[in-house]
Amino acid sequence: MPDSPALEISGLVKRYGGRAVVDGLDLVAHHGQVTAVLGPNGAGKTTTIECCEGLREPDGGSVRVLGQDPLTHARDLRPRVGVMLQDGGLPTGVKAHEMLEHVARMYADPRDLGELTERLGLASFARTTVRRLSGGQRQRLALAAAIVGRPDVVFLDEPSAGMDPQTRHAVWDLVRELRDEGVAVVLTTHLMDEAEDLADHVVVVDHGRVIAEGSVPSLVSSADDRTLRLETTPGLALHDALGTGFDVTEPRDGSYTVTGAVDPDAVAAVTAWLAAQGALATRLTVGRRTLEDVFLDLTGRNLR
Amino acid sequence: MSTAAPASQRVLAQTAFEARAILRNGEQLLVTIIVPVLVLVGLSRVTAIDLDTGGASRIDFLTPGILALAVMTSSFTSQAIASSFDRRNGVLRLLSTTPLGRGGLLAGKVLGVLVVELVQVLVIGAVALVLGWSPDPAGIALAVVAIVLGTAAFTALALLVAGTLRAEAVLALANLLLLVLAVAGGVVIPAEQLPGPMAHIALLLPSGALGEAMRETLMHGVLPAWSVVVLVGWTAALGWGASRLFRWH
Repeated sequence: MPDSPALEISGLVKRYGGRAVVDGLDLVAHHGQVTAVLGPNGAGKTTTIECCEGLREPDGGSVRVLGQDPLTHARDLRPRVGVMLQDGGLPTGVKAHEMLEHVARMYADPRDLGELTERLGLASFARTTVRRLSGGQRQRLALAAAIVGRPDVVFLDEPSAGMDPQTRHAVWDLVRELRDEGVAVVLTTHLMDEAEDLADHVVVVDHGRVIAEGSVPSLVSSADDRTLRLETTPGLALHDALGTGFDVTEPRDGSYTVTGAVDPDAVAAVTAWLAAQGALATRLTVGRRTLEDVFLDLTGRNLR
Repeated sequence: MSTAAPASQRVLAQTAFEARAILRNGEQLLVTIIVPVLVLVGLSRVTAIDLDTGGASRIDFLTPGILALAVMTSSFTSQAIASSFDRRNGVLRLLSTTPLGRGGLLAGKVLGVLVVELVQVLVIGAVALVLGWSPDPAGIALAVVAIVLGTAAFTALALLVAGTLRAEAVLALANLLLLVLAVAGGVVIPAEQLPGPMAHIALLLPSGALGEAMRETLMHGVLPAWSVVVLVGWTAALGWGASRLFRWH
């Protein structure tokens, strides 16, 4: 059934102590795609993933992984679903290679451990006890354990947390390879570049609901998809330089973001207006909105 | 399509993994093997400590109780501590998402404890034999039954505390409870020799029942029905509690 989705969540609700952490969430993920679940801390990403892994029982709605209920069909799903938990879940008293070999024994036809070890650069710490591994090393080992059984679906909860840039890119290459093999990859992240580089489909979650979704290009582009950023004297009524149809914000003192139909005339109007005010633009860039802009617009800029 | 290894292979792998984890850990080895051996050698050699052996030799009287104590260290103390830290570190959750599943994980844990107990019995038994122990041959098979019943009750207790309390609390409680039960629970010293009401209470405790069962089987070749009732009762109650209250997160 190549056309049926690998994961289908509809109206998922999960409450902790009466408070809904996931509140009517819908999500579909397909084979051969990387689906990134993006959201601030506490948005309900991990809880959602844990409901998919059969680790938590939903209070409402339904979850179907490969067409089956993760709780009632756990036995059928376990061999086909790979899991990387946010907190690792690695036993601390064993050596890294023993851990991986142990998980591999649970499958009839596991991946070649030598090849996996090389791909993820595990060899340098294979004989080190898990307790003494760095955060990034643990993440790599946990990823290896998640995919050693040749899963059809993998859930990766913040896979590149604690990794250095080189390791992160090695992990991304591996994730792309899994996708090209037809695996459905569902990952949570709050790294914008991770979602931007890797995801075929981005789902933005906040307060337990999906607030936006689509491909990265479809999320960042709209009719007014250009931004002008400039740094100059704080507190200017920059909006006066432009007509209607532009949105001006000053997220930091002296740092302005203009969104709208930023064309050559608009840039000329802004610089001419600044000259008239006697203000010097120390920095001026024009570009597309980034995923981070979209994300912050959607979820707000306040710390929580 | 990805498939699971056969169930027997998965459970055996987990059994070996659990047993190795205990036998390779210095503290666990100390609690499960070295301490029981030291208690056995100490109590059998130091005659300054007065024991009412009921006419039996000191070593014949002490060894069954030390074996009961050893069973408690591996099936309760060591299991409770290991499982609580595995729970905190997410190990139980991760393994339960592999084809092993929750059932396989539990089976592997129980069998892992039985493997450790086999090592304990061999080591402690060998030391006791050197010290002149002569168990009743008719009772050896019955003693194995007693060990299995005791293991069931204490594993259920271990999982109950490991699944409901914080790891640090389990660490303290598991050691404390072992000490209290070892001294006042009718394990090494028979319940009827305990002072005051403890003489009656200890008989109802899983520790007292296991100690009694080990002594009766290995000294007289009979398995007391009362001990069986007490151990089965505790297993049912604690197992029910653990299955209802165990939190995976």
